[in-house]
Amino acid sequence: MLKIEAVLQPSKLDAVKDALLEAGIEGMTILEARGHGRQKGHTEFYRGREYTVDLLPKVKIEMVVPDHLKEKAIEAIIGAARTGRIGDGKIFISSVDEAIRIRNDERGETAL
Amino acid sequence: MWRRSNLLLLPLFLIPSTLAMAQTTAAVAGSQPATQAQIAELQQAVRNAQTSGDNGWMLMSAALVLLMTGPGLALYYGGLVRRKNILSTMMQSFAMMGLVTILWAVAGYSLAFGHGNAFIGGLQHMFLRGVGLGPSEYAPTIPEQTYMIYQLMFAIITPALITGAFAERMKFSAMAVFLSLWSLFVYSPMAHMVWGAGGFLNSSGGHFPSLDFAGGTVVHVTSGVSALVTAIYLGKRLGYPKTAMPPHSMVLSFIGACLLWVGWFGFNAGSALNSGPLATSAFINTHFAAAAAALGWTVTEWIHNGKPTALGGISGAVAGLVAITPASGFVQPMSALLIGVLAGIFCSFMVFEVKSRLGYDDSLDAFGVHGAGGTLGALLTGIFAVSSINAAFGNDSSGKPLPTGVIDGHWGQLGNQAAGVAIAWGISLVGTLVLLFIVDKVIGLRVSPEHESAGLDLSQHGEEGYDFNT
Repeated sequence: MLKIEAVLQPSKLDAVKDALLEAGIEGMTILEARGHGRQKGHTEFYRGREYTVDLLPKVKIEMVVPDHLKEKAIEAIIGAARTGRIGDGKIFISSVDEAIRIRNDERGETAL
Repeated sequence: MWRRSNLLLLPLFLIPSTLAMAQTTAAVAGSQPATQAQIAELQQAVRNAQTSGDNGWMLMSAALVLLMTGPGLALYYGGLVRRKNILSTMMQSFAMMGLVTILWAVAGYSLAFGHGNAFIGGLQHMFLRGVGLGPSEYAPTIPEQTYMIYQLMFAIITPALITGAFAERMKFSAMAVFLSLWSLFVYSPMAHMVWGAGGFLNSSGGHFPSLDFAGGTVVHVTSGVSALVTAIYLGKRLGYPKTAMPPHSMVLSFIGACLLWVGWFGFNAGSALNSGPLATSAFINTHFAAAAAALGWTVTEWIHNGKPTALGGISGAVAGLVAITPASGFVQPMSALLIGVLAGIFCSFMVFEVKSRLGYDDSLDAFGVHGAGGTLGALLTGIFAVSSINAAFGNDSSGKPLPTGVIDGHWGQLGNQAAGVAIAWGISLVGTLVLLFIVDKVIGLRVSPEHESAGLDLSQHGEEGYDFNT
């Protein structure tokens, strides 16, 4: 089982969600986040003084998928989220030790 | 002495209340007391009608001025602070609504409008003794209690304005004590000097007759200067000016500012103390100045920063309203436009340039807008006041109105205005410093750094303004 974390532009959330559903991935957790990579922030004005806002709004999607769905998930995310510009985001993949369905104690890939 | 030739006066009696007159005309030849009684009744009816119109407007105005504090100022200031301090900021204005009311009823009104000396009133009206529903010398067509409650709303908002300077770092207890004392020892004396009977700066008979229609010096200069003193005495907020502390909700501030604009019609036009043409003048001047100043600040900012901000727009409007406050019942509408534009530009300069150069943390620009705007407005009043709008100095021996402002021909008025401004600055500087010192020694003014970082809502009130979890 693999955990896929994708940090995205908030405007791409709907497209990515739909693409993942089409790829057969139904369970996911969406978080509102702030951050930046190499993307510069923007400037705002307060009382005539300029200041930089470099914590930008982001969306983070987390999902745990069976190993065989890894490439389909990555393709779905990149297909929906890529614009070619700085700020598109990142995907991180790690392995998951265990998954348990709380309702009925199912374990392993059947719990996903 | 009723002769037959007096019958030629009969047509005059046909004008108002016909029935009573019909009865009288038959008995005109021999009933002088009855006619006099009818006339007296008529005169009373006319007075009642006038009181009815004036009192209706004045009660409405009092409500409008209270609206300026709650929720106008509460929202305007509340939106400008960081989220963790929203409730405490609003509580400060709200606390004034409660505290100042009680102080005013007990002693504040008497000290401001009672008879004393040139600098402070007496205590004859303590607990509102003698303040009844009959007219007063200050406003002959409305009950004195209306006058009292109207003035109370001014007494409430003035200390509330000061809270903008020490936002986000003052203890609630210390603020309550400090501003209560300020209301009694700075506001009431200043109100007495400008508006009270025998006041040093009163436009009728004062040593330096000052033209301050609705409180440019009494409200805005005093609160603005006191704000500056407090901001410097307390010191800067943790992290200022390096950390950016933008408003957490411009939406709230916008709503607050609009409530201030509308409420200000009660503040200025209500200061006519009647619902006649002078109230109309003040109403129009108020609105014109707000609009012109919003434009003035916005254009200045657009040139200075490249973009016009909503904050700049609403701050400009408030600056214009402040500046027109002393002038509202004395100047012509076109002068009000000019005063507004000048205030918008001047106050934006104070806030953009002077504040950052001098480095004081007047968190919500109480001095930059109220202190500076009030000073400018008071001086411009001396220039633009004309007797055709308001013959404030009465008439000369030939019945011609005496000139009021510089453009009217009275050059000396600028000096009188300057005297009023100087006294306002003086009493605010000294009074505020003394009071701050005393309260600091007894209670301590500033919250601890941990409390300041956690936010005053939690540390002072045990509450959170917003709950995004439920």
